[in-house]
Amino acid sequence: MNWQIHLPALVLAVPLLGAFASPVAGLGGRATRNAWMIFISVLTTAVCIMLWQKVIAGGTAVYVMGAEAWNITLPSGLSWPVRIILEVDAFSAFMAVVGSIAALAGAFFSLRFMDRFTGLEKFSALYFLLVTGMLGMQLTGDLFNFFVFLEIASVASFGLIAFWRDRPEAVEASFKYMIISTISAMFILIAVGFFYGRYNAVNIAAVARMLQMGYAEKIALVFLVVSLAMKCGAVPMHMWTPDAYAEAPAGVTCLLVAVSQASLYGLFRVCFSLYGASLGSTVVPWTIIVMGVLSMFIGVTMAVIQKEIKRLMAYHSVSQIGYILMALGVGLLALRDPQAMADYGFTAMKGGIFHIINYTMYKGLLFLTAGAVFYSAGSRNLNELGGLARVMPQTTFMFVIAAAAIAGLPPFNGFVSKLLIYQSTFAVYPLLAVAALVTSVLTLASFVKVFQTAFLGPAKKTYENVTEVPASMLLGMSLLTIVIIALTLFPGWTLSHLVEPAAKALVDQAGYISAVMGGGL
Amino acid sequence: MGMYAILFERNLIKIAIGITLLEASANLFLIVLGYRTGGSIPVFTLAGEVRSMVLPTPQALTLTAIVIGLATSALLLSLIMLLYRHYGTLDVREIRRLRG
Repeated sequence: MNWQIHLPALVLAVPLLGAFASPVAGLGGRATRNAWMIFISVLTTAVCIMLWQKVIAGGTAVYVMGAEAWNITLPSGLSWPVRIILEVDAFSAFMAVVGSIAALAGAFFSLRFMDRFTGLEKFSALYFLLVTGMLGMQLTGDLFNFFVFLEIASVASFGLIAFWRDRPEAVEASFKYMIISTISAMFILIAVGFFYGRYNAVNIAAVARMLQMGYAEKIALVFLVVSLAMKCGAVPMHMWTPDAYAEAPAGVTCLLVAVSQASLYGLFRVCFSLYGASLGSTVVPWTIIVMGVLSMFIGVTMAVIQKEIKRLMAYHSVSQIGYILMALGVGLLALRDPQAMADYGFTAMKGGIFHIINYTMYKGLLFLTAGAVFYSAGSRNLNELGGLARVMPQTTFMFVIAAAAIAGLPPFNGFVSKLLIYQSTFAVYPLLAVAALVTSVLTLASFVKVFQTAFLGPAKKTYENVTEVPASMLLGMSLLTIVIIALTLFPGWTLSHLVEPAAKALVDQAGYISAVMGGGL
Repeated sequence: MGMYAILFERNLIKIAIGITLLEASANLFLIVLGYRTGGSIPVFTLAGEVRSMVLPTPQALTLTAIVIGLATSALLLSLIMLLYRHYGTLDVREIRRLRG
C-alpha cells in the first residue's frame, strides 16, 4: 500500500483543506456547508485511525516534508535533521485518534446547535483550523513546529471562544485565555531558542540525543513545563479554563477539551522523550505530582459550589487534568529505576493514559449534554432548571452515563483508570491515593447535585414546551456514549491494544530518537 | 518589562503593549543566537566567497514567529475593541463579570 506512507501528512492536510475550503462550501448554502463539515470530520477520523493501525503494526512512523523522499530524515551527508519532520509513535497516534473522535462528535453536535447564528462558514473554518493545530501538536517531531501548531490552535480557539461576540462574557473569557496562552507560547519560543543555541537543532529527537543537563537546559525545562501546564489548565494557572469552557459554544468546548490534552501531550513528550532519564533529580516529577494533586483538589472544591452547569463541568476538567498529571508524574518518578518502573511506574502510566481517553470522551459528552440542555431549555443556571428528565429522556440517559463514568462508579471506564492510578500512587505515597479518592467522592457529590436539580424533580411550568434536541445533536452525543460504553465493556482489550503501546512508546526514549537519527549514529 | 506590564498594568491597551514587548524580546533573542561575528548574509547567490555566514535557521524561525505575533496582536486589539464597546471602559478592574 503505497499511499499509506503519506498518512502522517494527510492527517494534517485534510483538516487544513477543510478549513480553507469551508468558506467556499458555505457559498453553496446550508446543506453543502454541513455536508462538507461532516465529510471532513469523518475523513480526518478515518485517516487518524488508519495512521494508528499503521503505527501499531509497523512501529514509529516518520515523515519528512520538503525532502527528496518522504523518509530521508538525514539529508545526504549531514548528521542532524534539518527539514520539517513529523514523527508519530504509538502515543502520538493514540492522542490523534482520541482528539479526532472528539472533533467528530463536536462537529455533529455543532451542526444544529449553531443553526441559530450567522457566520457559520467562519465557524467551521476556525473549527477545522483548531483540529489541524491540535493534530499538528501531536504529530510533530520538532519543537519549533510544536510552537507553530500551538499558535494555530490558540488563535483558532480565541476566535471560537469569542464566537458569540455580542456576549461580553465570551469576549472577556477569550481575552483572558488569549493573554495566558500568548505568554505561554512566548515562553515556549524562548525555550526553543535555548535549545537551538545549545545544540543547533530544534528536532526533539536530535536534541534528546545530545542533551546534557546544564543551566540552559534547566531554564528551558522550567519554561516548557510552566507554559504547557498553563495551557492545559493545571492549578495555579487554571483561571482561564472555567471561563473559556463555559463561554465557548458546546461543540467547541468538546474540542477544546481535546486541545488541552494536546498541551498535556506536549508536556509529557518534553519530559519523557526530550529529557527522559537525564532529568536527574526528583524535583520535576514531584512538581508535576504536586501540581496534579492541587489541581484535583482545588478544581473539585470549586466545582461543588458552582451554580452554572458548564462552569461546574469546567472546574471538574481542572480536577481531571490533575489525575492525569499525578499519574504521569509518578511514572516519571519511576523512570530511572527499572524495579520501581515494574512495580508501580508502568501501572501509573497506563492509568494516566487510559484516563486521557476516558476523560476526553466523558468530559466531551458532559459538555455536549450541557449544551443540549442550554439549547432546549435556554438556561444554564442550576437554580432555574428542573424536571428535564421528563422531556429530554435521551439526553438524561447520556448524562447519567457520562456522570457515572467521571465519578468512577465501578462498572464504568472511569473506574478502571482511576483504580490503576490509586494502586500506583499508593505505592509511592499513600496520601496521594487518599487525595485522589476524596476528589472522586466530591466529583460524585457534585454530579448527583446536577442530576438532582436539573433532570429530576417535579416538572416545571416554564419547561413544559421543551422538547428533545434534534437528531444530529443526539448523534454527536451518542457517538461519545458508544465509545464510553465500549471502553466500559472491554477494558482488557483497551488496555492491551490502545493504552499499553502508548505507554511503552512514551517510556522508550531510545526508540524515539533512533526513528529519526537512524540506528547507526 | 513585558511581564511587568502584563501583570501590573490596569489598562488593556498597555497589557497588549506588554505582550508585544514580550514577543519582540523573544524574537530578538532568537536572532542574536544566530549571529556570528563578521558573518555575511545567508543568501547563497549573493554572499560570494565567505568563510562564516550568519545562521539562516533562526532567521527563518524569527520570521515565522513575527507573522504569528502579528496575527495574535491583531486579534488581541480587536478583542479589546469589542470589550470597550461592551463595557465602555478599558480598566481591567471594571471588566470582571466572570467571577468564581
